[in-house]
This record gives sequence, structure tokens and C-alpha cells, in this order.
Amino acid sequence: MTRMEQSLVELIPEALLAAGAVAGLLLGAWLPRRRQWLVGLLACAVCGAGAVAAAVLATGAPATAFSGSFAADPVTATARIVILGSTLLVTLLGLGPLHGHPRQSEFFVLLQLAALGALMLAGAQDLLLLAAAYLLASVPSYVLAGFRKDAPGTEAALKYYVVGALLGVLMLAGITVLYAAGRGSAYPLLRTELPEASAGLTAAGTVLLLAGMLFKAAGVPGHYWLPDAVQGSAAPVAAFLTTVPKIGALAALYRLAAVPFSGTPAGWPELVAVLSAASMTLGNLAAFFQRDVRRLLAYSAISQVGYLLMPVAVAGRDSLAQPALLFYLAAYALTNLGAFAVVCALPGVRTLDGYRGLARHRPALAVSLTVCLLGLVGTPPTAVFLGKLEVFGAALDGGFGWLMVLAAVNTLASLFYYLRWIAPAFAIGPSSGNGDGDGNGAPDGAGGRGGPFAPGERTAPAAAIAVAAAALSLLLGPAAGPVLAVLDGPLAG
Amino acid sequence: MLTVLVLLPTAVAALLLCLPRRVPRAVFLGGWLAAAAAELALTAVIWAGYRTGGGMQYEQRVRWIPDAGVSYHVGADGLSLPLMALTCVLFLACAGYTWARRETRRVREFAALFLFLQTTCLGLFAALDLILFFLFFDLSIVAMYFVIAGWGHRDAARAALTFFLYTFLGSLALLLGFIGLFLAADPHTFDIVELTRENPLAGRAAYGGLVLLAIGAGLAVKTPTVPFHTWLPPAHTEAPAVGSAILAGVLLKMGTYGFLRIAMPVLPGAWREYAQVFVVVGLVSVLYGALVALAQTDFKRMIAYTSVNHMGYIVLAFGAAAATGAGAEEARRLAVTGAVFQMVSHGLLTGALFLLAGVLYDRCRTYEMAAYSGLAGRAPVFAALTGVAAFASLGLPGFSGFIAEFQIFTGSLGSRPVETSLAVLGILLTAGLFLRALQRMLLGPLRLPDAPGAGRPFPDLRAPERVAVVPLLGLGVLLGIAPRFVLDVIEPASRGAMELLSR
Repeated sequence: MTRMEQSLVELIPEALLAAGAVAGLLLGAWLPRRRQWLVGLLACAVCGAGAVAAAVLATGAPATAFSGSFAADPVTATARIVILGSTLLVTLLGLGPLHGHPRQSEFFVLLQLAALGALMLAGAQDLLLLAAAYLLASVPSYVLAGFRKDAPGTEAALKYYVVGALLGVLMLAGITVLYAAGRGSAYPLLRTELPEASAGLTAAGTVLLLAGMLFKAAGVPGHYWLPDAVQGSAAPVAAFLTTVPKIGALAALYRLAAVPFSGTPAGWPELVAVLSAASMTLGNLAAFFQRDVRRLLAYSAISQVGYLLMPVAVAGRDSLAQPALLFYLAAYALTNLGAFAVVCALPGVRTLDGYRGLARHRPALAVSLTVCLLGLVGTPPTAVFLGKLEVFGAALDGGFGWLMVLAAVNTLASLFYYLRWIAPAFAIGPSSGNGDGDGNGAPDGAGGRGGPFAPGERTAPAAAIAVAAAALSLLLGPAAGPVLAVLDGPLAG
Repeated sequence: MLTVLVLLPTAVAALLLCLPRRVPRAVFLGGWLAAAAAELALTAVIWAGYRTGGGMQYEQRVRWIPDAGVSYHVGADGLSLPLMALTCVLFLACAGYTWARRETRRVREFAALFLFLQTTCLGLFAALDLILFFLFFDLSIVAMYFVIAGWGHRDAARAALTFFLYTFLGSLALLLGFIGLFLAADPHTFDIVELTRENPLAGRAAYGGLVLLAIGAGLAVKTPTVPFHTWLPPAHTEAPAVGSAILAGVLLKMGTYGFLRIAMPVLPGAWREYAQVFVVVGLVSVLYGALVALAQTDFKRMIAYTSVNHMGYIVLAFGAAAATGAGAEEARRLAVTGAVFQMVSHGLLTGALFLLAGVLYDRCRTYEMAAYSGLAGRAPVFAALTGVAAFASLGLPGFSGFIAEFQIFTGSLGSRPVETSLAVLGILLTAGLFLRALQRMLLGPLRLPDAPGAGRPFPDLRAPERVAVVPLLGLGVLLGIAPRFVLDVIEPASRGAMELLSR
């Protein structure tokens, strides 16, 4: 087999996704509006096939493609499976509410393109490919955020786009500087060149590069678009924005930490540790008194980035870091999507008070919500608990005991606002009925026939996904043994 | 065997949840009762098969997450077996008590939640892996949160939140300590037995001190000792009667059991170094808990504070057990045996007291002691049982509390004479407060609160209520008169624990 063919084999999941997007676009132009859900089905099939292909490829040895600019190793493999799985769930979440929508097929195509961008981010092993992946992951997301074309959606898209463009330009500047400092853009080259380069140049380039990556990951200081984008966009899009780009960005950050920056004297671990501390703390503090469930989940997503950055800070120093990050990523994606699926299943309810009495009317949904929210806290035996355990262990082993203590305190703080959501769901008494002023959508309790908790035919799949995600996140914890064993392995290149 | 014991209640709970809501409540309560009875029978079988002095038995170890050093490892020895038996007895009593209540909201969920809670309690006492221990520790908090929030009294939501946040903080501190132990061990492991054998922090004083600080703080919140006790009174006051009984009877023991199972054997050096801290904390808990209890006007709050006092004796004994010197061997063993015995005794007696307090609330909707007077004339059985429980709780000879406290004081006096003498004053204080409460509520002319829904006659204990309370007190008396069969199980284990501590 020639080198080029080998490259293509390594890229099957990405190629599938790209082909699926193109085919979806063509199919959407040709199908009548009532049949456009077929495009969604195609997207699901592509995601499923891609995940299977990624799992098969993961059994092989680490390899690179396209002259070493794309790595296929355990990090990429895990990110692929998690991203494709998440995209599959989001597509399923979108099937119901978008049924009959005039631009239904575009929605699924954009989802696939954004997911492809996240995949490229996760595997990029060259700064230029990283920049291209950044654009590919961002541009479809901007459109998705404003997909509903209403006032909140437009505001969300605009804010998202402006911040993204600004931080993207900064990142490109950083890549230029690093290119100058390291005389190249490939990671293996940079690893040998950067320690000898001017420390000032390297530091400036690193900081600028981080700006773009933190925008994608929605970590402090690149986080402030997320709450508005999540609140303003449709619920499935919100689920996507808080999950998929993050996975790509954190995998990219880990690779950057482990390969090009592992030898630089500039204080990369300390810098990332401070950013991690800031993300978790600010996200939590801002989430405290949110009354809109989507804003609350958005801030919770910001705080989760803080925990996810902990293994990035100790990458390369510590053997626990890589499985910790990858396991936490998978656990977080599953749990977060489960919580958003509950939100999708109750489209008429937007505030915490609106969830009052959920347990009586939709017990399965209430239990799923509890499992997902307590999962996000890190209560055993859910998957995130094990992720947290690994992450804390990695941080302590890497010499960041203070960060671990801070993360524990933050975990406790986060419990407070998750409980503010769980408590009304299990309270006895009627739903408060009217919206309480800060909602900019349908008021609570006006969800059509039979009140806000009545199951609708369009939301039944979302409820099923919520239950499934909750059950899976409960199972992934106890089943972590074999999963963790797979996640450890050398990086390519 | 232990796995069946641990998981059976949850399996029954899942079955109950599968039944439709329209099924008569007797089915749910009957299922719960049957499961609790089966659990007790199973414990009896395990106890009968237990070879005294044989160390860890019924051990079972399955690889679970080898890459994270976690395994499913359970076992029973003389320290955990009495507590498992206590758990089963108390849960059976609670099931019986709930049977007696006329009105119970959402019986199906209540029964399922309690069965799940029983799994977490038994699992914790059986766990021989730190993560397994932590798993059950946290799940017990979650289950108890829903018990308080869902079935508590007026201010339950706030009390439940306080309870959850406070004890969760403790569990996080505990987790940090566990991670510290995990990283110190070579190879990295969470297995308690391996960690105990390895003693990974020997000779690393600073690290050991930090880990002990984290673990100690986490367990102290759960125990609770002063100054970490503030979550306890609101949680107890707002929880339903059976919730309080389990919270005080079993959940508090998780803290002290953790000291005995993890902190002392795994960190012997650090424990010996900081033993004085535990002695002082125990002493302060004893005196402060008793004094604050003396000031209460609310019967249930008063019992809650006496728990702080009673758990203080246990912590004091653990601290004193670190003493060295001639003749210390026997004294230390005595102190620890007494502490374990106190855990069992306190569980039985406080459980009974909380159930009796629940009877009070059931009849008249208030716990204010000033609102009641002369109950002895109207409800002689209630009065008699409350009197017995109170006297047993203050440590009168002939009851289990006396044996426990006597052993604790005898064992601790030699090494910590000043602190132990001061702690004896705690008995005087609890005697005073219990007698005052009995006098106010039971004696004098009859007066019942005229709160809404009250004004009814105060009926005496119904048969199912008696069936729930009498066995607890009966066991208290039995253990007070013939403690040998329990002490025989505890003593070899406490000797083993002391050998580990003196490494």
C-alpha cells in the first residue's frame, strides 16, 4: 500500500463525515420537505459508521496521515468516538423539533461539518491544520447558533461570531509567531525547536494560540459567548455547542501540551492551571443564581472545562493525565447531553421553577435529570465521578495539590446550583404556571395541551435519549475498567 | 454472601418501583418489611458462621477498574459485623414503624428509598476498597437527602440542602485524602487491606499529616464532632422519624467506623502524632454537645445534640487509644472495644428515642417539650418506653450504654486522665437533661398542645409502634446484661486494630 493510500485509510471517519455532509446537501435539495428527515437519518448512519470505523482503527498502532500533519492515536480515536457519538445524539434530538422545517436538511449538514471541524481539531498535528480545523469547526456553528432566525438566535449568532472571529485572528497571529520562533509548524519539529527559540516569542505565541483554543473549549477568558449562544439558540444546538467543540479543543490542547510545548521552559503548566482554576471558579460563581436552565447548563459547561483543563496542565509530566482527560471527556459529553435531552424533552419549560412537580408527572425524566445533574457534580457511581477521581489524581501526582483542593471546593459549590434544579423537580405541589419574567420564549406552563409535562409526540425521542444517556452514564462508571485500559497509549509523532 | 446482603434491598426496591402506583400500600410496605426481615435473617446466618477471632471473613474480591487501582472488595470482621447487624435491626424497626403510620405519602418511593439506603449502609460497612467505601458514603448522602427533602416537615428543603452540602463537603475532603493514599502506595491502589499492610506513609510525616487532615475532616463531618456538627440539628429536626432514626443510628456510625477502618490502620504514624487533637475534639464534643442539648426546648433537637455528645466519647476513645507505655496495651484495647460497643448501643437507643419522638409528632404535630405535660397518665406505655430509652441513653448500669461508656472511660483514663475525667462530666449533664425532659413531658397535670390538627386525645402506642420500639430497647437491655456475645466478636478485632496502630 502506498503512503497516500495508508493516509486515506487512517482518515475514514473524517472522510465519511465529509461525504455524508455533501450527500446530505444534495439529497436535501432534491427531497420534498416532508421527507427531509431522511437527511437526518443519513447523518445518524454516517456518525454511527464513523464511530465504528474509529473503533476499528483504534486497534491499530498509532499512525499519522498527510505527511505527519494528522495523528491517529488513542487521543484522536477517543475524540472521534465521543464526537461522533455526541453528534449522533444531537442529530436524534434535532429530528423531532425540526420536522417539517424549511431548512431541515441544512441543519444536519451543518452539524456534520461542525463535527468534522472538531474531529480535525482533535487530530491536528500541525499548527496550520489546527487553524483550518478551527475555521471548519467555527463557521458552521455560527450559522447553527442563529438557525432559528429570531431575535435571541440572531443575537446569539452575532455574539458568537464576533468573539470567534476576534479570538480566531489572535490565534492566527499566535501561529505566525510560533512559526517564526520554531521555524516550522509541525508539532514534532516544534518540540525540538521551541526549547531553543526565544522565550519571549514562544510565550507570546503560546498565549495567542491559547486564546483561540479557549474560545473553542469555552474556557475562561474565551467563555463569555457561551451563555448567550446557549440561551438564544435551539435546544439541540445548545447541546451541541456545549459538547462537541469542547471535545475537539481539549484534545487539541492536550496534544499541544504533550508534544510541542512539553520541552519549553515557559510556564505552560502553571498557565493552564491558572486558567483551569479561573474557569471552574468563574463558571460556578456565575451559575449560582441563574434561573434559566439553559444559562445554568452553559455556566456549568464553563466550570466543567476547568476540571478538563487539569489533566492538560499536567500533560507529559504524569502518566495518569491522558486516560483521565479522555475518560472525563467521554463521561462529560454523555452526561451533559443527557441533561440537555431533558431540556429538549420539555421545550415549554425554561426556568428552574418551571420544573416544579416534574417527578410526579414524568418520573422517568425526573430521575434521568437527577442522575445527569448529580453525575455532573461527580457523585459516584456515575461516569463523571470516575473522571473526576482520575483528574484529581493526575493533578495531585503532577504537583498541583492546590488545584485539586480548589477543584474539590468548586465541586461542592456546583452542587448547590444543581440541587436548586433537582429540588423543585421533586417538590410536591403544582407547577408555578406562569413564567417569571426573565424568559424570552414561551412562558412556563404553557406547553400546549395537558400542561408543560405532558409528553408530546415530537419530544418523545428526546425523553428516550435522556433516559438512555442517564442510564449509560450510570453504567460507564462501573464499567470503566476496560475503557480506561484502552485510553492509555503513546501519542503519534 | 456479603454481596447478596448488600444488594438484596436494592433489588427489592427496583421490584417495588416496577409495580404500578395503584397497588395497595400494604404490598409496598409488606415488601419492604419482608426484605428487611430477610436481611436480618441473612445477617444472623453470617454472624452464626463467623469464626470469632478469625480476622477478615466472607471476603470477596473482583477486579473492577484495574487501571485506576479500584476493585470490588468486601469482607466482614469483628468491627464491621456488629454494625451490619445494627443496620439490619434498625431498618427492620423502621419498616415496622412505618407500617403503623396511618398516613404516609408516596409509600412506594419511600419504601424503595429506604431499601436503597440500607444497601448503602451495609455496603459501606462491608467495603474493603476506598472507592467502594466512598461510593456508598456518597450514595447514603443522596438517599438521605431525598428522605429529608421529600418526607420531612415544614422547613425540610432548607435542612436537606444544608445536610447535603455539608456532608458532601466532608466526602470531598475524604476523597482528597483517599487520592493522597492512592498516590502514596506503590503500586497505586485503593485497596484498604493492601494499604493497611503496606503502611505507605510511614516516615513521611508531613504528607501523612495532610492526608490524615483530609480524611479526619471528612469523617468528622459525618460523625459529627464539634465544630462540624452544625448540619445535624436541622437535619434531624426536619427529617421524618424513621429518617432521623437511620441518620442517627446508622449514618453517623459511618464516620467513626471510617476512623477505625481507614484512618487508624492505614496512617498509624500520623494518628499517633495527632492523637491529642482527637482527644480534645472528642472531649469538646462531649461537653459542648451535652451543654447545648441541655439548652434545647425541642425534644428532637435535644436528642440530636445528645448524639454529638455520645459520638464524642467514641472519638475520645480513639484518640486515647494511641497511647503508649507499660500496661497501655490492655487499656487501649478496652477503649476501642468500648467505642465499637458504643456505636452499636447508641444506634439502638437513639433509634428508639427518635421513633418515640416521631410518635409524639404523629399525635400532636410538635416537638416542643413545653407544650406537653403529664403524658404518663394518658399514655403509660409511651411514657415507660421513653423513660427506659432515656435512662439507657444516659448510661445507667444494666443498659448497653453503661457497658460502652464504662469501657471507654476505663480504657482512656490511664493515658489521658484529665480529659477523661472531664468527659465523665458529660454523663452528669446528659443525666440532667434527660431527667428534665422526662419530668416536663411525662409528669404533672395533663396538657396537650393545641396546634392545628391537635386537640385529639393522645392515644397510647399502637401495637405496630410497640413492635418497632420494644425490640430496640430490649436489645439495649440484653446487651447491657449479657454483652459477652457481642464483645467476643469485637475484642479480637480491636486487638488487631491496636496492633496495626502501634506499628
